[in-house]
Amino acid sequence: MTARRPGPLAAVGAALLGVIVIASAAAPLLSASNPVKPTFSQRLRPPLGLGGTASHPLGTDNLGRDIWARLLHGGRISLVLATSAVLLATGVGVLAGLLSGVMGGLVDDLLMRAADVQLTFPVIMLAIAIVSVVGTSPIALVGVLSLSGWVLHARTVRANVLTVWRLDYIEAAGALGASRHRLVLRHVLPNVLAPILVIASSQFATMVLLESGLSFLGMGIQPPAPSWGTMLSEGRDYLSNAWWLGTVPGLAISAVVLGANLLGDGLRDWLDPQSR
Amino acid sequence: MRAYFARRLGQSALTLLGTSVLVFLILRVLPGDPAKMLLPEGAPQSAIEELNRQLGLKEPLHVQYAIFLRSVFRGDFGQSFQYRAPALQVVVERLPATIDLTLVAMALTVAAGVAIGIVAAVRAGSRYDYAGTVLAVLGQSLPSFWLGIMLILLFGVTLHWLPTSGFQGWRYLVLPTVTLAAYPTALVARLTRSSLLEILRQDYVRTSRAKGLAERTVVLRHALRNATIPVLTVIGLQIGTLLGGAVITESVFAWPGIGKLVVDAIFFRDFPVVQTILILSASIFIGINLLVDLLYVVIDPRIRYG
Repeated sequence: MTARRPGPLAAVGAALLGVIVIASAAAPLLSASNPVKPTFSQRLRPPLGLGGTASHPLGTDNLGRDIWARLLHGGRISLVLATSAVLLATGVGVLAGLLSGVMGGLVDDLLMRAADVQLTFPVIMLAIAIVSVVGTSPIALVGVLSLSGWVLHARTVRANVLTVWRLDYIEAAGALGASRHRLVLRHVLPNVLAPILVIASSQFATMVLLESGLSFLGMGIQPPAPSWGTMLSEGRDYLSNAWWLGTVPGLAISAVVLGANLLGDGLRDWLDPQSR
Repeated sequence: MRAYFARRLGQSALTLLGTSVLVFLILRVLPGDPAKMLLPEGAPQSAIEELNRQLGLKEPLHVQYAIFLRSVFRGDFGQSFQYRAPALQVVVERLPATIDLTLVAMALTVAAGVAIGIVAAVRAGSRYDYAGTVLAVLGQSLPSFWLGIMLILLFGVTLHWLPTSGFQGWRYLVLPTVTLAAYPTALVARLTRSSLLEILRQDYVRTSRAKGLAERTVVLRHALRNATIPVLTVIGLQIGTLLGGAVITESVFAWPGIGKLVVDAIFFRDFPVVQTILILSASIFIGINLLVDLLYVVIDPRIRYG
């Protein structure tokens, strides 16, 4: 059986994502402007090519802050939050799935019921309700974001465990003296790695969307810290006279999400062709 | 069949109960003084003590939960301090606006999503398929709040074709509905396409073609029926997406529904209203999914005896 290679779309997605991640990471190198300090003499300058200057290639916002700088710095924060949330969701989800599948019984029941109950709430409603109680610190945000992701991991891993657990070679290994510990680590986990990777990469997109949505509503990253979501909500009031305020950050979010989605789809086609 | 109905009903009731536990926990167990949170800002200490006593907050947790459950059953969801009226009333007043938006968006989702999916599947590999897939990927990637803002910019500010906010008349419904429906439509389109592709490969489809049936009959009467099941599941799940999407869409368009209400209520620390909306939306979700499950039984006879 020939191994299929990841398609061109996945490469495009990966490239898109890569460019944005690197640009955000190199934010201070790519822009000398301060993303946070207002400069009222420079308010609402248009971007380069529409009447603006090279010192503010994407224009300035209503407080005179350089949009390019805010885009890069905001990207850093959003991407770090999203990545941490994906890692946490994957960790917790895989652990929960393993516990559920291996131990079964009450543990399984409780975990799956908790997942069902959590899923009856629209994610964003649950998110803003929890944020209202625990606050908007980065740790709280990462926690809330990962809450939206652990269930899919848990269910996938659990299904996998249930299938593999009954197979003969597991029983054989057990008969040879392998501990449950070892059985799980060496036999179950490698099996489950591919789907988890696929889920994690498309969850990255969801996390970025959720985080920017929260910030847009004012429940995520608080001003003056830059975030693509808050930039969008600020830009909304200036649609008629400074439309670039609202357009640019949205393009950034779309690019990241598109990249992640393409990458996720490509990975899925490559690693798990049956789940088309 | 009746046993299946009964079982599903029981499961839904249990999930609903679990939902109430979660809502209860969010307010009572997470850090913060619940009485202080349930009262408006700057309330005197004596009022806080009184509410503490009334809510039985000094009691063990399960007693508190029982009190909470009892008042919910009586329809008492507390008093909104934003509006100085019963929370339930405040929420129910704004429900129709959201229902309007959600229903129309759902109709659009099903119509457009299924249509795009069918065309893409039937003409797999052609540029229609390509166009449909591109649209679907975009629909899933563009943030809805940005899409809404761009639509406002294009159709409201630049072209002046459509109004940008407010809600009297069908014209106001267009932009919010399109914004809300974008993501679910993309999802339904992709799912319809892949389900249909799967089915069109099956032997019985080949047989019906061999029988001499027109392609249109084959697709619409035979193949589509079987594609309905997974599509129906996704549609049921999309209620949750639509309700959640309404939170953002209503904020973008200042649409006076429960989505906007929940955001405002959270800003005002109006927890009784927040509680009510959480329980209400969970109930709607559970109710609709129960309906979808029961609908399966009607559509797919194989499940009846399972």
